[in-house]
Formats: sequence, structure tokens, C-alpha cells
Amino acid sequence: MGLDKMYKNLHNHIVKLLKAGTRLDGRRLEEYRKPITVEYDIIKTAEGSARVKIGETDVMVGVKMEVGTPYPDVPDEGTIIVGAELLPLSNPEFELGPPGIQAIELARVVDRGIRESKAIDFKKLCIEKGKKVWLLLIDICPINDAGNLIEASSLAALAALKSARFPKYDEKAEKIDYKEKTSKKIELTKEPIAVNVIKIDNYLFVDPITEEEKVIDARLSVSSERDGTLCALQKGGDAPLTIDEISKMIDIAVEKGKELRGVL
Amino acid sequence: MAYKKRLEDRGFEETRPIEAKVGVIPKADGSAYFKIGKTWAYAAVYGPRNLYPRFLQDPQKGILRCNYNMMPFSGSGERVRPGGSRRSKEISLVTEKALLPVLDLNEYPNSVVDVFIELPQTEAGSRCAGICAASMALADAGLAMKDLVSAVSVGRVDDKLVVDLDYSEESYADGTVADIPVAMMPNLGKISLLQMDGEISKEELFKALELAKKACKKIYDVQKNALKNRYGVGQNV
Repeated sequence: MGLDKMYKNLHNHIVKLLKAGTRLDGRRLEEYRKPITVEYDIIKTAEGSARVKIGETDVMVGVKMEVGTPYPDVPDEGTIIVGAELLPLSNPEFELGPPGIQAIELARVVDRGIRESKAIDFKKLCIEKGKKVWLLLIDICPINDAGNLIEASSLAALAALKSARFPKYDEKAEKIDYKEKTSKKIELTKEPIAVNVIKIDNYLFVDPITEEEKVIDARLSVSSERDGTLCALQKGGDAPLTIDEISKMIDIAVEKGKELRGVL
Repeated sequence: MAYKKRLEDRGFEETRPIEAKVGVIPKADGSAYFKIGKTWAYAAVYGPRNLYPRFLQDPQKGILRCNYNMMPFSGSGERVRPGGSRRSKEISLVTEKALLPVLDLNEYPNSVVDVFIELPQTEAGSRCAGICAASMALADAGLAMKDLVSAVSVGRVDDKLVVDLDYSEESYADGTVADIPVAMMPNLGKISLLQMDGEISKEELFKALELAKKACKKIYDVQKNALKNRYGVGQNV
């Protein structure tokens, strides 16, 4: 049996289950795997870090801070740089090598959620206008990818930023003393949470496992703030969506976002 | 000057606190982590599985492929750039050579056993921690093994022979330092990784290797217990 045929059968099987209101692992459509856990400050070498587990999906995010020069168009603003590597340790299908398109999309979706919600006031990362600003380097490292990396990563990134403390910076010597963390934290004015709503056939559901991710028709990643304001969207998958579907997906995402916010 | 006291009152022949756990990555065929002090290594084993491109295949036996990687936030200073460095490539190579002697891959022609080692946090001794984790992960994957591999660094700091150098000792400035990562097969009594940076006399080297042997035996017990815990067989803690 070819791979195409296998995926087609899997697709049909999942649709049959969805029709009956259930999933491969027995969950309801809008039910998350359990437990969802967040551990803060797990990496002593990072300025901030967190580990998020959603069911068997397990992601570590670390924040390193460096001092760099600002972009010429925003001389008084620091910035965030989000990187993601789909470590071959975490999934038999990931391969060694430079980040592929999947990793880049993951990093950019997480980046936009934080950046566009203006959760961090980049002006507060300025040390000396036009010359020196803080750069927050956020790196996503999956330990076990059992599906829904986007959500686990976005949650972990936010938690890592919450736990971060600035290292001591000697302005005269222009040197960071990484051994010494100050008590200064990154001010987070908002908590953007990404929720991934999946469409297979005519069914919408959340928190896909690996097998479901293989056969999705469409996906909408929605980052929303506490009050329901949307701050980033990304449609994925091959199938197009109707306006009506998008509206339903956003409603689900905002609702589930509230649930997820509770674990932080 | 003499080297008198180690951090946290550690004895000269004592390792930092060790913690090991097997079966920590459900997606992998075998997995483990190994923590020694602040150094933390994860290892995942995938395979034996088909090897592509095909020209890499060996029709006589399976091959072992190891990859050592530091996570970007795992260094104590600036962010570590992702992607392999010359250092990580070399460590991958010596890790492969350290693990290969305990495996029998004759049963798996044209296949590969992939070992991925990731370090979320490091503070000296990362290649040894990686090898310890990898050896447990290989056992967890159910591969036939002649022995486990246990690894630790030994060496000299000024006038003292020490076990499991930490960062302050690797970079000790007030005297000469020798840093010797060693991997052993504790039951077979053989050495499968041996490197050295620094200066040491032949006599001291052999004294240091004796210390490594003792320390590896202790590490071996920790590894063995972690494997037993994973499979719930008779514990002898």
C-alpha cells in the first residue's frame, strides 16, 4: 500500500470518528490533551526559560539577551529574534540541517504573536539611542513532538519571557556579565496566546496529534490577547476556508486561548 | 600555589551530583537524560532504520550515526549559534567511536542507528554526559549491547588530580591544567574515548585513569539503576 493510499485511509478514518464527535485518542473535538504543564526557569544558562508539555508534546524555550545596535529606522528600540529548530531528537521525521520551511514558519508565527501584540515595549529595551539596545534571542527546541508544536512553543516562549531576568551590563566596559542576573524583568503588558484550529473535512477541532497533523485539510493559527483582540493569524494547509469557517475558527481560538492562559 | 578546595566542598575524587532517567522522549525508539552538576544531556535513538541516500548503506552491517548539539541557550555566555560547529562535529565523531565497540550491528545491514544528543544546559563535561545519556538510550532502544558506556572527565588542576572538572577548573589560571575526557566499558575494562587538553606526566596520567575507572563504575551504577527503574525490575539502590 502506497503512502498516499495510507494517508487517504487515515483521513477517512479520522473523518468517521469526527462525525461521531470523537478523535483517534478518544478526545472530543475541542478538548486538549492532558495535562498541560508549564515549568519556569529550567535552564540556568539562559536568562529566561520555560518548558511546556501538552500531553506528550514537550518543548523547551530559552531566552538569551545580548546588546546590539538598533535598526536605523527605529534607533530607540530593541527587538526580539525568534529561532526554532526542529530537532531530529524530537521526531523520527525531522532531519539534521539548517531550519526548513516548517521550522521557519513556527518561529515566525511565535514571533508575530509576541511582536504584533506589543506585549513587550521595545522602547524599554533601549540602552543608548541609536547605539545600544537589548536583543532578546528566543530559541524554541522541541524535546518530543507529538503534535501541536505551534501552541506549545508559543506558550513556552511567553513563559520564558516572563521568567527572564536581565544580566548585569557594564555600560563603560560595554560588557555583559552573564554570571550575574539582576532583578530586572521584561515588562509584559499582554499575554498573546496562539491557538491552532484544525479543519478536516467539515470538522473543526483543536490540539492535533501527529497522525491528525498528517492529514489536515486546513489550519488557522490565531494569536489573541486577554480581551479577545487578535494579534496574529496564519492560515496553513492546502484547503481554502470560507469566511464563515474563519469566523468559527477565531471564536474557538479566542475561547481556548482563555483556557490556556489559565495555565501560565 | 596549590589547588586546595573545590567548589561546594567537593572531594577531589568526587563527581558533581548525578541524575539519570531513561525513557524521556516517547517518539524515540530509546531515550534518556543524564545530568551531572549543571550539565544536562538528552539522547534519543532512532533505528535501526532504513538509510538514505543509498550510497551510504553498508550491505554487511548497520552503521551508527551520532550528532552532538548544544541548544542555543545552553552556554554560560552568549547565545550558541545553531547548526554544527567544528567542535560539535568532532565531538559527534568521538562519541560515535566511544559507543560503537559495545554494539553489534551485523544484524542490521543497510540500516542506520541514529543517536541525537542535545544539551539544554552545559557547564563542562558535556561530551561525557552526552555519551552516558546515549549509552542508556541505546539500551532503552533494545539494541544488543556488550556493555554500557560510562564517561567522565578526569585530570589535573595545579598539583591535584581531580575527577569531573567543572568550568572553573577547566579554566583555572593559577597553574597548569590537564582535562582528560574518558569513556569506559566498565565490565570489559576498556577505554573507548580518550582525549586530553593540557599538560600531564605519564605517571599522573595513569593515576588519573585509575580515578576515571572508579568514577565510571559509580556512573555505571547510576545508569544501570535508571534502566532498571524504567522497566521496573528488581532495584538495588
